[in-house]
Amino acid sequence: MDIISDYDTQILDAFWVTVKLTLLSGLFSLIWGTLLAAMRVSPVPLMRGFGAVYVNVIRNVPLTVIIVFCSLALADVFGVTMGAQGNFDALYFRLAVLGLSAYTAAFVCEALRSGINTVPVGQAEAARAIGLSFTQVLTIIVLPQAFRSVVGPLTNVLIALTKNTTVAAAIGVAEAALLMKEMIENEAQLLLISAIFALGFIVLTLPTGLFLGWVGKKVAVKR
Amino acid sequence: MTEVSMAKDAVPAAGEPLVVLDNVNKHFGALHVLQDIDLTIARGEVVVVIGPSGSGKSTLCRAINRLEPIDSGRITLDGKPLPAEGRELAKLRADVGMVFQSFNLFAHKTVLQNVTLGQVKVRKKDKAAAETSARALLDRVGVGNQADKYPAQLSGGQQQRVAIARALAMEPKVMLFDEPTSALDPEMINEVLEVMQQLARDGMTMVVVTHEMGFARSAANRVVFMADGQIVEETTPDQFFTNPRSDRAKDFLSKILHH
Ligand SMILES: Nc1ncnc2c1ncn2[C@@H]1O[C@H](COP(=O)(O)OP(=O)(O)OP(=O)(O)O)[C@@H](O)[C@H]1O
Ligand SMILES: [Mg+2]
Repeated sequence: MDIISDYDTQILDAFWVTVKLTLLSGLFSLIWGTLLAAMRVSPVPLMRGFGAVYVNVIRNVPLTVIIVFCSLALADVFGVTMGAQGNFDALYFRLAVLGLSAYTAAFVCEALRSGINTVPVGQAEAARAIGLSFTQVLTIIVLPQAFRSVVGPLTNVLIALTKNTTVAAAIGVAEAALLMKEMIENEAQLLLISAIFALGFIVLTLPTGLFLGWVGKKVAVKR
Repeated sequence: MTEVSMAKDAVPAAGEPLVVLDNVNKHFGALHVLQDIDLTIARGEVVVVIGPSGSGKSTLCRAINRLEPIDSGRITLDGKPLPAEGRELAKLRADVGMVFQSFNLFAHKTVLQNVTLGQVKVRKKDKAAAETSARALLDRVGVGNQADKYPAQLSGGQQQRVAIARALAMEPKVMLFDEPTSALDPEMINEVLEVMQQLARDGMTMVVVTHEMGFARSAANRVVFMADGQIVEETTPDQFFTNPRSDRAKDFLSKILHH
């Protein structure tokens, strides 16, 4: 068990990066995914078209390609700095958040859109009938009910995102998977190392899943 | 009935047209659901719309607050034509109360929130004032003690009365009711009709799609009989129920009376 004491702070640091990647990407993808869903149900054809194209393209491109694109194309070719002024760790972390958010937003959008479809049309009609505008109908009546009905599917998206953060290792972000690769190269204890990291991810995702399962039941809309 | 005429007298310029439909046409694909509809509803008047299923009664109601756009013709409210889109249209809808067959209370909001929402978000009233008037309205429709419950916890009759309070909270110029009691268990129909009757007595302008003859006879000034997208007959409730002129109306009445 020396390996644990040798690497303990490094393991914790790496998982902390994983947690930060997950939380930030989760937050941004929730916001961007909600906007995409709003576009997909909007009465403006151009917005609907943009939403549909975005989701169908992004969903069908492997995440690794998106993350590598962020790093190679945005940073190396176009010189996007994302406010990281020469700090490469910060730059690639931010690019990874960008790629993960852009990718996950497509799944958030689709989960939310299926939630919107569970809200009876009468809800939106009654809201329009008292004089609420399209945006108000969406943000006050439809989306809150849609969110409540898709806590389960969104939990799955969040768990997938947690695991997908490992792709950030491809552009050198020092999260859990990168440290695992490094440890496997340096130490001869493949099984133990894999087990440690597998356990690390389960510790992150299992309680999240249980907690959000409980939340989902609690906020469900009774009809 | 004396109360009705008293209430009517209290309304300034009674008899002045409030809602006017002029040569209104509407299609759903090939189906001509509203055919050359001309209808004038005076301020303070209660009009009952009756007719067989599929005759276009709901579409007529929905056209009046433009939940359903029309193909041709003109609809005016208080002298102004219905706006086509955007803010103006939303404002118009706030002036037209609508009560649906299936209640459509906001399922994730409490009864009180259902009634305050439009006042705060559309009428821009402050929250305390909105709550005060919401509670008064809930008392008026007899569900004051249910204010903090969610719609799913109420009976159908209670939900429909909350829906009426929600519409009244906007202080509408006219109220539209689309078969407000037909989704209710029989024992709850009267509690809703009583609220509507009271509203009629208070001088509210109302368009009511219903087959409740008792309500039509006691509260309506006029019955409009629709069939196949047309207004076939337009007369007083007494005249309509005892002595219908058209064959369509006779046929329809014999069916609803004998079943
Ligand atoms: N959104 C729609 N799309 C296509 N057809 C529709 C739509 N809404 C209504 N219709 C059709 O238009 C006709 C009139 O419908 P409407 O709902 O106005 O009738 P109604 O008189 O209210 O009938 P009911 O007594 O059954 O409520 C019906 O034949 C109906 O099938
Ligand atoms: Mg109908």
